[in-house]
Amino acid sequence: MCTYATMRSEIDGSAKGPGSSWFHVTDATVYFDHPVHAMAEHTLNIDFANPSSGPSARVAVELTAASARELLVAIQAALDSGTSF
Amino acid sequence: MNDSLSAHTVRITGHGGDQVEAYLARPDGEGPRGGVVVIHHMPGYDRATKEITRRFAELGYDAICPNLHWRDAPGAAPDDASATARANGGVPDDRLIGDVGGAAAHLRALATSNGKVGVIGYCSGGRQSVLAACNLDLDAAVDCYGAFVVGTPPDGHPLQVTNLVDQLPSLRAPLLGLFGKEDSYPSPDQVAELDGILTAHSKPHEFHSYDDTGHGFFAVDRPAYRVAAANDGWEKIAAFYATHLGS
Repeated sequence: MCTYATMRSEIDGSAKGPGSSWFHVTDATVYFDHPVHAMAEHTLNIDFANPSSGPSARVAVELTAASARELLVAIQAALDSGTSF
Repeated sequence: MNDSLSAHTVRITGHGGDQVEAYLARPDGEGPRGGVVVIHHMPGYDRATKEITRRFAELGYDAICPNLHWRDAPGAAPDDASATARANGGVPDDRLIGDVGGAAAHLRALATSNGKVGVIGYCSGGRQSVLAACNLDLDAAVDCYGAFVVGTPPDGHPLQVTNLVDQLPSLRAPLLGLFGKEDSYPSPDQVAELDGILTAHSKPHEFHSYDDTGHGFFAVDRPAYRVAAANDGWEKIAAFYATHLGS
């Protein structure tokens, strides 16, 4: 299927991307659709990007649905532990 | 048989008079012959789509694939351009019509043209192929598993995509549809609904749905590839275009 489903979020952080350089990321695009590279029919895809620096200022990940759900739990657990102090 | 061909990056005049990048593949030798506009899938103007474009040249057609994401990210890698286009909300329908119209005009202006041009699209391009055939003078259209030709996108859908039900009475070209029975978008019910609407409007069409096949079965570089469906689909496309685009 072609879900077209795309969620956008403004973010504030950094990513290490093209040319092994760190850059400021301002936008995250999240979608469950066909991957470019991962060997799965559909994946949970996240683009961490800084559109003001052009289309290549992007770190892309493509995760199987199961691993994306595991990542969600891990992120939540890490945030919970980090913010409990 | 002469299967020599050449392929080049060109500029076409697209929607709004914009100069848009396109990939043009042409058989060697004189015409006259038909042309094919290839509409790439949502992952973009990628290597696999250019291979498809060259295959149409090998089949004997002047074939062109416009880069629908050119304005979003001129000169960027196809995957980066696709990501930017997606973040921008997708390819607007009016822009698609203008760019496909420009690509068809480019083909018809070639010295080898017989004046006939078909269109084919994959995935999101399947819907866009139908959209183009409802709004442009084309001689044949192929929809490979396009979602939302009929059916309603889910609530809160972030991309600006609507179904084409209100436009189907304007369909100007015979339509070949190729689908997988295991696909959810479009589902077999949606394929049947589209079949019924086209029949009700006396629009010539020919649909084939393949067993044990889901979405994206022509994509040779993806797990969704189904060799039997893809081989049969290519045969159906070749016969359909020979009927409608031949000299």
